[in-house]
Amino acid sequence: MTVPLLEVRDLAVGFPGQVVVHGVSFHIDPGETLALVGESGCGKSITAFALMRLLPPTARVLRGSVLFDGTDLVTASPRVMRGILGKRISLIQQEPMTSLNPVLPVGAQIGEVIRRHEPVSRAAARRRAEELLDLVGIPEPRRRAAEFPHNFSGGMRQRVMIAMAVACQPRLIIADEPTTALDVTIQAQVLDLLDDLREQFDMAVLLITHDLGVVAQWADRATVMYAGRIVEQAPVRPFFRHPRHPYTRGLLGAAVNEAGEAEGGHYTTRRLNEIVGSVASAVGEPGCPFAPRCPDKIPACRAAPPSLEPMPDGSAVACIIAARPEVAHAAADG
Amino acid sequence: MPLLTVDGLRTRYVTRGRALNAVDGVSLDVDRGETVGLVGESGCGKSTLGKTIIRLLDPVEGSIRIGGKEIADLGQYALLPFRRRMQMVFQDPFGSLNPRQTVGRLLTTPLKVHGRGNRAERRRRALDIVSRVGLPAAALDRYPHEFSGGQRQRIGIARALMLEPELIICDEPVSALDLSIQAQILNLLVDLKRDLGLSYLFISHDLSVVRYFADRVLVMYLGRIVESAGHTALWREPRHPYTRALLAAAPLPDPERKRSPVALRGELSSAAAGGCRFRTRCPNAFSRCETEEPVLRTVASGHLAACHLA
Repeated sequence: MTVPLLEVRDLAVGFPGQVVVHGVSFHIDPGETLALVGESGCGKSITAFALMRLLPPTARVLRGSVLFDGTDLVTASPRVMRGILGKRISLIQQEPMTSLNPVLPVGAQIGEVIRRHEPVSRAAARRRAEELLDLVGIPEPRRRAAEFPHNFSGGMRQRVMIAMAVACQPRLIIADEPTTALDVTIQAQVLDLLDDLREQFDMAVLLITHDLGVVAQWADRATVMYAGRIVEQAPVRPFFRHPRHPYTRGLLGAAVNEAGEAEGGHYTTRRLNEIVGSVASAVGEPGCPFAPRCPDKIPACRAAPPSLEPMPDGSAVACIIAARPEVAHAAADG
Repeated sequence: MPLLTVDGLRTRYVTRGRALNAVDGVSLDVDRGETVGLVGESGCGKSTLGKTIIRLLDPVEGSIRIGGKEIADLGQYALLPFRRRMQMVFQDPFGSLNPRQTVGRLLTTPLKVHGRGNRAERRRRALDIVSRVGLPAAALDRYPHEFSGGQRQRIGIARALMLEPELIICDEPVSALDLSIQAQILNLLVDLKRDLGLSYLFISHDLSVVRYFADRVLVMYLGRIVESAGHTALWREPRHPYTRALLAAAPLPDPERKRSPVALRGELSSAAAGGCRFRTRCPNAFSRCETEEPVLRTVASGHLAACHLA
């Protein structure tokens, strides 16, 4: 049993008058890629930003702990956090144009991260920045290091972000929808690069995404969030082969190319599975947040939100029906 | 005769004296009752093409015929009767609905512009359409901000349907929506097509959505159609290296089937002068590609590709 790199226990986050993350628990092992999946507003980004203590000013961590290499990030001092962020945990955001400084050459921005955390000279930092640009596949790194973000295309800017994120060889990279703004051919290049570097430097990646294709191709395990709660957690193979939670099953059925379909479906032969209603239908309900949209709901679902129950095959599900022993075993055998 | 015929269409943007042909000689047909998918990456000109066909932009060259009538050079007034036959659904359900108008007003305005019916009749038509797109009658008296993204897209579709068009140009209609909502909207478009006999030109960057939704697919690269084929032929036997790269790059939601590594180099850039526009990224480029631009030619029955090696 490996010791987790990061362990989140019962983390809850709220804005004034509203709880948006209701006590989530998960862990990330060293070197693995964990995908945090969910639709907009499910709390996946807020959860990740809470780990780094980068919440918007009005948001608060209400309870819970985040253990990273023995330090609780929830209670750590700002000084300790400054030593961790960018060095041992780094972040790649969705939109590289707004997360890079537009008036500073990219080489200088990467050098700044290095010099913030390591006692090296300006010249040495610049050389390291050029090496990093080379590492992430930017041609002519020497010349490109002196250029500004607007001189780079979207895919190249995301490579610059990755270079900056790996500059101090962190243990964990948090990637928040890193390729959502990119074209599909560029997305594959960028995610392959991130995956290569993860292996090379033995980093773990928390990959936040709404794209099930990205989860299947680049993650080791998946954690699904719905309305601020984790509803299912599983290694990717069982996750796609027999999803347990009705929401996960609905999502996979709603995808235009279902797993296992050789040719992909076509509207003339297969109707897409709809999940009726929208996330908003659960607001103010006491029970399971998915119950108003769930095809399998029973009266007991309205009583209390179900807890995340471990399953025999290493996955976990928060659904009173899917977690029943006979259902769970049937799913594991099927 | 096809419902829509586009021939040799060019649309040019001029910025600071520099001209760029975003659509650079495109020809296509849409038959009655057919869904034609138009797929390509950002910047390939697919939205510009859609907007030119519906004459929100003016072409510099080429012909657009709807039901055999030429509309490429008609003025705004002469266009009115043809506008009724072609409507558009936009990507952004937040930006494409006037926030100050009730849904009822949004829906009845096209009828007013076209001088259709009296007030009561227009209202009845709006009621009929909102129920058809799956919204409650009460929606008519509410404002766009009171609806979720998926519901707003339903309003956008309802507006496009008000004038009983024959062709709807859908420009990325589900790209801004969550997966579960995307399925609702695609199913709705399928139902409407069946019930109302619509034709669609369906523009999307998402190959898997086009694969599901289109009868025939056009692949666009830097202002040109590089491949055109029926949906099964395109997925089974893609002929253009760009199409093959797009297919290879799309991540499948199935961990058992790993992607083949992408052979494509670089990114979409401006067209190099002369030769094939794709050659700088193409894994198979050879000397002929630098001097001679490949034309779209028939490579199999109903299957066209613009590649010397296809």
